[in-house]
Amino acid sequence: MSERAAAPLLALGLAGALAAGAMLGPYPLSPVDVAETLIGRPPDPQAAIVLWNIRLPRVVAAALIGAALAAAGAAYQTVFRNPLVAPDILGVSQGAGLGAVLGILLGLPVLAIQLMGFAFGIGTIALVMAIALALRGMGQVLVVVLCGMAVAAIAGAGISLVKLMADPDDQLPAITFWLMGSLAGIKQADVAAALPAIVAGLLPLIALRWRIGLLALGDDEARTLGVEAGRLRLLVILSATLVTAAAVSVAGVIGWVGLMVPHMARLITGPRFDRLLPVALAMGAALMVLVDAAARCIAQQEVPLGILTAVLGGPVFLWLLARGGRTWAE
Amino acid sequence: MMPLRLTALMAGALAMGLAALTAAAETRTITDATGRQIEVPADPRRVFAAGPPAATLLYTLKPDAMVGWPRAPGAEDMPFLRPGTRDLPALGRLTGKGDTVNLEVLLTARPDLIVDYGTVNATYRDLARRVQAQTGTPYALIDGSLPTIPATLRTLGELLAETQRGETLAAYAEATFAGIDAILAAIPEDRRPTVYLARGPEGIETAARGSINAEIIDRVGGRNVVAAGPDGLATVSPEQVQAWAPEVIVTIDADFAAHVGTMPEWQGIPAVRDGRVYLAPAAPFGFIDSPPSVNRLIGLKWLAQKLYPEAAAPDIEAEVARFYTLFYGVTPDRAALAGLLGSGHPGE
Repeated sequence: MSERAAAPLLALGLAGALAAGAMLGPYPLSPVDVAETLIGRPPDPQAAIVLWNIRLPRVVAAALIGAALAAAGAAYQTVFRNPLVAPDILGVSQGAGLGAVLGILLGLPVLAIQLMGFAFGIGTIALVMAIALALRGMGQVLVVVLCGMAVAAIAGAGISLVKLMADPDDQLPAITFWLMGSLAGIKQADVAAALPAIVAGLLPLIALRWRIGLLALGDDEARTLGVEAGRLRLLVILSATLVTAAAVSVAGVIGWVGLMVPHMARLITGPRFDRLLPVALAMGAALMVLVDAAARCIAQQEVPLGILTAVLGGPVFLWLLARGGRTWAE
Repeated sequence: MMPLRLTALMAGALAMGLAALTAAAETRTITDATGRQIEVPADPRRVFAAGPPAATLLYTLKPDAMVGWPRAPGAEDMPFLRPGTRDLPALGRLTGKGDTVNLEVLLTARPDLIVDYGTVNATYRDLARRVQAQTGTPYALIDGSLPTIPATLRTLGELLAETQRGETLAAYAEATFAGIDAILAAIPEDRRPTVYLARGPEGIETAARGSINAEIIDRVGGRNVVAAGPDGLATVSPEQVQAWAPEVIVTIDADFAAHVGTMPEWQGIPAVRDGRVYLAPAAPFGFIDSPPSVNRLIGLKWLAQKLYPEAAAPDIEAEVARFYTLFYGVTPDRAALAGLLGSGHPGE
């Protein structure tokens, strides 16, 4: 598919996914009901409550989080020049997870749990960076990634410890469910809380997309083209971390989206980051909205998003692999 | 002639020591809920409860025999517990989802009997057999279902050499069930309210009809809106609760009870609109589950009063005081009762 033909299709796909997200859910609302409620003439007051307070915040949050994870994954894969990199490569998910499960263990209010998740996620990356700098300097990508793995393992051990200490009848199910990712409890206030961090992280990625793409060529090559690789890489890591931590802190750990969507987007755009980013943003948003709609419609019980994305992501990734890795070009 | 009294004293002490020795050595054989023949002491003095349900049961029948708690009771539980049990160590639990007890710790507590109270299936039967073989301590597994509570109180009362107390408590349990049945006999199925059990600060954790966490809702005739699900806790979306439109919400989360009135996604639900969100008391043991043990008897009466205000006994405070005195050995004063039940009236 050519890129020119893909653009309108993508826009249409995203709009379709958003519309489907607004229509689908366990509360019986016909498409007409939804449309009437959207233009401010709800068929009954309850329809307005369900749509504005429950369903639309979820749709918006899903779109934001899907876009954020896909963009972070694409950015990391580019700057680390490695197709196997996901947004949580540096341990942000484990760090945020540790903060959130600690909050659940302490019985904190939901907003405090989210804040702790966010703060621990950012703190984890700060720690990784500090260690990497102390060891070798930020120049060596491999050192940064290995530091991230080690810190993530420690945070993972912390999560296991919290699980062990949690009340198995009460807190443990909540922790387990949180770690699998869900938007079941999302509300307007959560979207408002996560939005600034996600936008603040996405803006530098969008603004600097052309320069970021040069990092894929290697540091020396980038320097001859006038891009200071170390500093730019640091900025990308910080931005991608910010959006990932914000996403994880409201939605829990949702795997595979950040790894899979950039690869799907590359089928259309090829490896250039400046072209890849907008497509990844749109595909991530659409995919997440649809997955979340499925999560609330499949059963009376919420299906954790992490389960759905893994069931979806595993086969898609294998299919991409079977295509011979032609989508990734150095 | 100093030695005479001393000798008498020594002889007495010796006799008592011998009696204690023979009592400890005296055993009898019983059959537990899994059909295993086990040899138990005639008068168990140190009993290890395998999990919170068993600990609650043991506490009500023979608190002096407890060697520890599965989890340490919290500060809010202390006023409602017998002084002698407040500082018992937290030893961990043997069964359930997280096996946290160390067998060496268990043996350090020198129990002469291990009691487990709850689900009877192949897993727990096997666990009982293995722990008994490993520790050399008799391990009795008792059926933890709600309808068998009177029988359980009698059986365990006898096993613990507290037959009279077991009989008293069993009679209370039977009267409780009979009282609920009398109320239900007058209220046709379709006039019983629909109920949603809300757990967690967001209220979106729940338990389905037939699960042990929501069993007492079924027993008092509440129509649990969560019809089918896994046997245990489930998470649902607020939109799903909106679709169910329950008439009553019962919660065990104080945070949720305090905020549901202002949470936008819960507005318009009949229970929230009509002020019928009820917070279940939780000290020293929960009214709904946590743990699913004999503590649910007072939960049944409390819930019946919430669901059928006209039909149920009006003075729930007196009833709670009576239950706490009888089962927990502590009579809460007026202030304690208000603290316990007052928080059970959000929005009133």
